[in-house]
Amino acid sequence: MTVIGWIQILLFCAIVVALVKPLGWYMTRVFSGERTFLSPVLRPIERGIYWIGGVDERREQHWLTYTVAMLLFHVGGFFIIYGLMRLQALLPFNPAGQSAVAEDLSFNTAISFITNTNWQNYGGESTLSYLVQMLGLTHQNFLSAATGIALAVALIRGFARSSVRTIGNFWVDVTRSTLYVLLPICVVYALFLVSQGMPQTLGAYVDATTLEGGKQTIALGPVASQVAIKMLGTNGGGFFNANAAHPFENPTALSNLVQMISIFAIGAAMTNVFGRMVGNERQGWAILAVMGVLFIAGVTVTYWAEANGTSTLEAFGLTGGNMEGKEVRFGIVASSLFAVVTTAASCGAVNAMHDSFTALGGMIPLINMQLGEVIVGGVGAGLYGMLLFVVLAIFVAGLMVGRTPEYVGKKIEAREVKMAMLAILVLPLMYLGWTAVAVVLPSAVASMANSGPHGFTEVLYAFTSATGNNGSAFAGLTGNTFFYNLTLASSMFVGRFFMIVPAMAIAGSLAGKKSIPPSAGTFPTTGGLFVGLVVGVILIIGGLTFFPALALGPIVEHLAMNVNTLF
Amino acid sequence: MLREIRPAIIVLVVLTAITGLAYPLAITGIAGVIFPNQAKGSLIEKDGKVVGSALIGQEFKEDKYFHGRPSATLAPDPNDSSKTVSSPYNAANSGGSNLGPTSKALNDRIKEDVEKLKTENPSASVPIDLVTTSGSGLDPDISPDAALFQVPRVAKARNMSEDAVRQLVTRNTQGRFAGILGEPRVNVLALNLALDGASAN
Repeated sequence: MTVIGWIQILLFCAIVVALVKPLGWYMTRVFSGERTFLSPVLRPIERGIYWIGGVDERREQHWLTYTVAMLLFHVGGFFIIYGLMRLQALLPFNPAGQSAVAEDLSFNTAISFITNTNWQNYGGESTLSYLVQMLGLTHQNFLSAATGIALAVALIRGFARSSVRTIGNFWVDVTRSTLYVLLPICVVYALFLVSQGMPQTLGAYVDATTLEGGKQTIALGPVASQVAIKMLGTNGGGFFNANAAHPFENPTALSNLVQMISIFAIGAAMTNVFGRMVGNERQGWAILAVMGVLFIAGVTVTYWAEANGTSTLEAFGLTGGNMEGKEVRFGIVASSLFAVVTTAASCGAVNAMHDSFTALGGMIPLINMQLGEVIVGGVGAGLYGMLLFVVLAIFVAGLMVGRTPEYVGKKIEAREVKMAMLAILVLPLMYLGWTAVAVVLPSAVASMANSGPHGFTEVLYAFTSATGNNGSAFAGLTGNTFFYNLTLASSMFVGRFFMIVPAMAIAGSLAGKKSIPPSAGTFPTTGGLFVGLVVGVILIIGGLTFFPALALGPIVEHLAMNVNTLF
Repeated sequence: MLREIRPAIIVLVVLTAITGLAYPLAITGIAGVIFPNQAKGSLIEKDGKVVGSALIGQEFKEDKYFHGRPSATLAPDPNDSSKTVSSPYNAANSGGSNLGPTSKALNDRIKEDVEKLKTENPSASVPIDLVTTSGSGLDPDISPDAALFQVPRVAKARNMSEDAVRQLVTRNTQGRFAGILGEPRVNVLALNLALDGASAN
């Protein structure tokens, strides 16, 4: 670890925190339906969409209607992606002549993108046409992110309102997220990325003759427009197979910093939106503090582990940390930081190959996802995931003092706690359950690229990433098989929607409750005690759930590495 | 509930058209005008022919050129399309080795590379980036140490003085962005082009 390394980490944190207030202020205005500086341009488009869609923007929805609208929207998104992938050979914008994508891979990819996971069982440049990348994937990058933000806003309304039956209108929320938040930022951001060297062209792949006379086919495409939303919307699906490690997808150290900031920007600002909408910004800062504590702890471990390298490298007298799978322009620190950021949020873009990280360095991304990606988390998804843990923490605190728990003026009762537990417990069921199945199926074991405990970690990582809707991978695992295409798709589906529906049920139930003013007996939820309690609940629930699985994977691998055992 | 079906189709189609067609095409148009070189892939031409991209590494094996990092990229096997074969710096199929810290295959590969490099330059210690593959397999850069390590071999192959080659390395070394971000690096293709230029003079 070096001083310049820590300066890079602190610089990143400072910029993210500085963006929380302005972005939170802006998004609160957008979702309260107030005018913004972009309204003169965007308001007519917004009204046009409502007019032809038959949406009455003043008519709000019950939580059940809101949820059904969201689900219908995703059914449509699924068919658009699936259809485009199956038919891409017949459609335009296909200069590389990519043929139709297989049924199981198309199914997996469609589920992957509507759930904001962006797991890649395909290699972008070797599988997909430009049309699929734009109309199929870029569009769902926007809409799955917009959906996440809309759902978080709906849950916040549940806390903020009292004695009402409705939590907002899904069509209005998703349209506003897309038009006012995601699209304007992406236009500026994509052009910045091009200035750094990211291609943005519809032209065909270029054949170069190298200095030594060899032939090199260089894959190109409309990369920048997709990468901007891939990062900002915490989607993470790369234009290219190597994702943000590819020099075209992350050309410079500056583009790398901005990409990391954009992963966290909206998720962190959502805590401020929460604070503003429930009438006390400090409630938002307390939640951000919980995220910050867990984040810094993770960065420290991964950076330390990667900078220390492995016993293999040491045995050959190689110094400078573990550079296998990392790019020279980023080095150890920017690769370690990126890995923690992308898994703390549900982004899943990678600028280094996590599969080649040291055992402990690669364990932190795994833990981040197993904790439910609540450390800033996906856009929207991170906040509603975190609020589920807050409900549990408040419940535990209430039990300790024998008082009905309250949070931001709302009584937390049996229904909320049951729903929160349901959402939290369904995740380990998917990733532990499918991992257990995979490791006893010979055909699934054959997909592992590494042997020994590392191979087990590859499988555990895959199902954890899919269930958490992250999308990063220990990429050695051959995921494009019938078994993995279907089981990973089921993990992504359950991980997304079995968390959303209970969260929306909580939103509906809270919105109907009366708001009670704080009294002397109310547990303050803006101080250090509250932050410590929530951190504790997250770690205890997480620790009890997945420590045994970690012991079989990264922990035993670390011990093996220290005594120079190779597999 | 039935009244949600119409917006589910129409709002979806309109937003898809905006974000999936209008937005990427608009960015393509604007970027092509204000950053035409970057938008097309930062291609480098020499005598009217494309020799590569400034951002994409390429394979160098000859002694007279600086070598990049080992690359783990693959290509379909010409004899059996269900299999893949090693194809370093394949810019149409990026990817890393994905070998983990306790992998025997990784250990053997590094051992072989270290021994080869030690015979080439016994006096210096082997830089880590010359024996590890990058994440993309297309890393255009090596560390300044890795470039300096190769100076004796390149100078000998070109009948140049080591000092002259070392100066070229220094001139082609880029520092951290704003002195803070990233790591110092040398773009291998740029360095080799400069080297060819210097030899021609």
